[in-house]
Amino acid sequence: MTTSLERTWTAVCDVGVVPEYSGVAALLDDGVQVAIFRLPGDRWYALSNWDPCSGAAVLSRGIVGDAGGRPVVASPVYKERFALDTGVCLDAEGVSVPVYEVRVREGVVEVESP
Amino acid sequence: MPTLVVAGHGMVAHRLVEAVRAEDRQGTWRIVVLAEEPRPAYDRVALTSYVDGWDPASLALPGSDYAGDSLVDLRLGELVASVDRAAKVVTTASGSEVAYDALVLATGSRPFVPPVPGHDLPGCFVYRTIEDLDAIRAAALRPGRGRRAAVVIGGGLLGLEAAKALRDMGLSPHVVEMAPRLMPLQVDEGGGSLLRRLITNLDVTVHTGTSTDAIEADGSRIVARLGNGTELDVDLVVFSAGVRPRDDLARQSGLDVGPRGGVLVDSSCRTGDPSVYAIGECAAVEGKVYGIVAPGYAMAEIVAAQLTGGAGTFPEPDTSTKLKLMGVDVASFGDAHAATEGALEVAVNDAVAGTYKKLVVTDDGKTLLGGVLVGDAAEYNTLRALVGRPLPAEPGAILAPAGGGAAVGVDALPDVAQICSCNAVSKGTITRVIHEDGCDTVGKLKACTRAGTSCGSCVPLLGRLLTAAGVEQSKALCEHFGQSRAELFEIIRATRISTFSEVIARYGTGTGCAVCKPAVASILATLGTGHVLGGEQMTLQDTNDRYLANLQRNGTYSVVPRIPGGEITPEKLIVIGEVAQEFGLYTKITGGQRIDLFGATVDQLPLIWRRLVDAGFESGHAYGKALRTVKSCVGSTWCRYGVQDSVGLAIELELRYRGLRSPHKLKSAVSGCARECAEARSKDFGIIATENGWNLYVGGNGGTTPRHAELLVSDVDSETLIRTIDRFLMFYVRTADRLQRTAPWIEELDGGLDHLRAVIVDDSLGICEDLDAAMAKHVDNYADEWRGVLEDPEKLARFTSFVNAPGTPDPAISFRSEREQKVPVMLGVPGFSNSEVRR
Repeated sequence: MTTSLERTWTAVCDVGVVPEYSGVAALLDDGVQVAIFRLPGDRWYALSNWDPCSGAAVLSRGIVGDAGGRPVVASPVYKERFALDTGVCLDAEGVSVPVYEVRVREGVVEVESP
Repeated sequence: MPTLVVAGHGMVAHRLVEAVRAEDRQGTWRIVVLAEEPRPAYDRVALTSYVDGWDPASLALPGSDYAGDSLVDLRLGELVASVDRAAKVVTTASGSEVAYDALVLATGSRPFVPPVPGHDLPGCFVYRTIEDLDAIRAAALRPGRGRRAAVVIGGGLLGLEAAKALRDMGLSPHVVEMAPRLMPLQVDEGGGSLLRRLITNLDVTVHTGTSTDAIEADGSRIVARLGNGTELDVDLVVFSAGVRPRDDLARQSGLDVGPRGGVLVDSSCRTGDPSVYAIGECAAVEGKVYGIVAPGYAMAEIVAAQLTGGAGTFPEPDTSTKLKLMGVDVASFGDAHAATEGALEVAVNDAVAGTYKKLVVTDDGKTLLGGVLVGDAAEYNTLRALVGRPLPAEPGAILAPAGGGAAVGVDALPDVAQICSCNAVSKGTITRVIHEDGCDTVGKLKACTRAGTSCGSCVPLLGRLLTAAGVEQSKALCEHFGQSRAELFEIIRATRISTFSEVIARYGTGTGCAVCKPAVASILATLGTGHVLGGEQMTLQDTNDRYLANLQRNGTYSVVPRIPGGEITPEKLIVIGEVAQEFGLYTKITGGQRIDLFGATVDQLPLIWRRLVDAGFESGHAYGKALRTVKSCVGSTWCRYGVQDSVGLAIELELRYRGLRSPHKLKSAVSGCARECAEARSKDFGIIATENGWNLYVGGNGGTTPRHAELLVSDVDSETLIRTIDRFLMFYVRTADRLQRTAPWIEELDGGLDHLRAVIVDDSLGICEDLDAAMAKHVDNYADEWRGVLEDPEKLARFTSFVNAPGTPDPAISFRSEREQKVPVMLGVPGFSNSEVRR
């Protein structure tokens, strides 16, 4: 079986706009908000910007760090932590947020459009 | 269902009801409590602290209204007037009758007023109930000229408490004691003379060895004539010459009374009538009356046990006393007066340090019998628990001044030693619940055993017992730092490291988190490492500090410009109104006398602040763990009653400490007179004007655990006041835990408020110069954070909702209108239900 995965990428910003250990929010065409995070060593992650625990679109404004070595962002509203690689919430059972692909092309950050 | 009638509702009666309800699991007893006072039982032991805030709720005993307990019927304002033992019925003063199967008399005692001529003149009071203190206050506040004075008749424990209360009300107190020394029952001659000196230093005039012969009215004032010829010209008189048991019901119903009064009961607290018991201060247990609460509690427990099928007899009571009067420690325990045959006394009287310590030991010097401590009672709890047991060292070594002394540790205590004498909790009980019930914090120990829940003096011992049991009370900041916040502060201060990356690389593990990053950012900011959003610091800040605004539930922010002291010109008010109009912001007046503008998006924040800064506003730091506001009343400039310029001082303080980053938010207020309209005592540091200067109170807060601030220094001039606040704040900022407000910080200091006073007033640690310099540096380096953002294009660029669509508003933010203003609408998230995931 072959599946055609024609991915579309949206250019978001220059690499230099995002400091290490911080996030920015991007607005995609259909109103989807993505939170993009940068870690040292040019490691990039993208989650939905929606914080399911508060209902506000704010995850990009959370503090980035680690929990037991696993990269996380803590929601700025009630501080629940979400794993940057899987979107799984560490502090509320059964809660997670969508994860998006992110890549850097010629110094420009791009996210996968859903 | 049998009925238990309790006559009286003081602390001991409340303990009885609690104990019966706890033991009576089947719900056998219906309890009717007939209380004379208009309110449920309250903490009469702490009555003097009522003066701190005049809030009856601060004395409330948890659960004393029995709300929700259908088996307890508490009737307030119902004094039991008579008992018909044959019919087993009591009749109240209002005429209602209640039949009983068991009756417990818990009527307490009444203040003894000596039959001095004039003792019943207006202006004469007793000191026993909340109503008594309200009456004293009303008299003290009556207008008069100059500093008001009062005389307290009786220099015992209660008399000195009354003197303290009067002093806190701004009066000059005199104390008259018939015996040759203060607190003659508890303290010996050596301790008494030191106590007199220490109390005199606190503006209380002491007259000992003299009677009070007459009290005479002199116009609106009162003259008290003492036996030694002294005439005291005062505004009011407070009698605290002891108490007498209220045994009228026993006398009237034909029950026996003790040789010195009191309802005569046997060692199980039963009267001659098997259905009638007596407990607390109205009871004479085998003929002896006890005037303190701990034996009363023991009686309550014994009666409760008998009513619920158990048994019990009154143990040898512990009449030990420890109190702190105006900052002076006084304690006595065991055989303080060396009455035991052959008893030896070992005393150290250090006039320079202002301490007097005496141990009473057996003739072989090996067993502790009792003792007296004045000026420093730190060893009280351990020594009291050692009474009747072998001393761990020579008595002289135990009394040696701190440093050279052989400290008595909790290890030395046997399991039967009582740690909490108020609630009779032994060391054995505490170690058992630590090991068997997993109580690993002081809070859990309190909940589990009730130890430390009455007077609280044994709380430090609870901590030491936890440590001794191997329970590590971790101070680690988070998984990335094993150090406490205070330790990290010292590390960063000493090493002058100025970035989080270097701190965590050298002293922590991993990459940090939402706990340690803001904590380190706050330390760096306190130490003055530039703008809070400079370089890497931006990524450390919690969202409020990162956007210099307060995040609200829908992802928008609120803006609070600084309005020092709450004083604002009409022109500036108009600017705030115009800005709110232009940006469509919801406006609300805050509790801190400022104006909060809600509903701003990230993109709007710099535009709003451009307008505000141009009009002369600056950041109000409502978003920071920092100084918020210094509230003020209108003060002597306008107010008919004000005695100082409270607005002027509030503005000076707010401008001095603005921007100071601290472990938690800091609030302050200044009141221009004792009426306290600025509510300064609910603040971390509150100032109340006096005729002679200012009183400084510290450690107050609102919130879930409201606390009234306590007096740190009194009647100081503005310069001394500011110097003291400088040191208080800097010492707090350096040594408190993360998110620890000033009240719990002071509570955790070893030695509490006295230690704090020693450090920042008497410079006992020699750090005041350093604290002063640190505050001077803060004041010099202050710069408005919002102006700093507006002047820096790089920082400004971070205020965008969407990195790829600057200026586009967040489509998720939506508002509706309520009472003519906009309020947020939560749209919800596709695929998620907010109500399900909110914890």
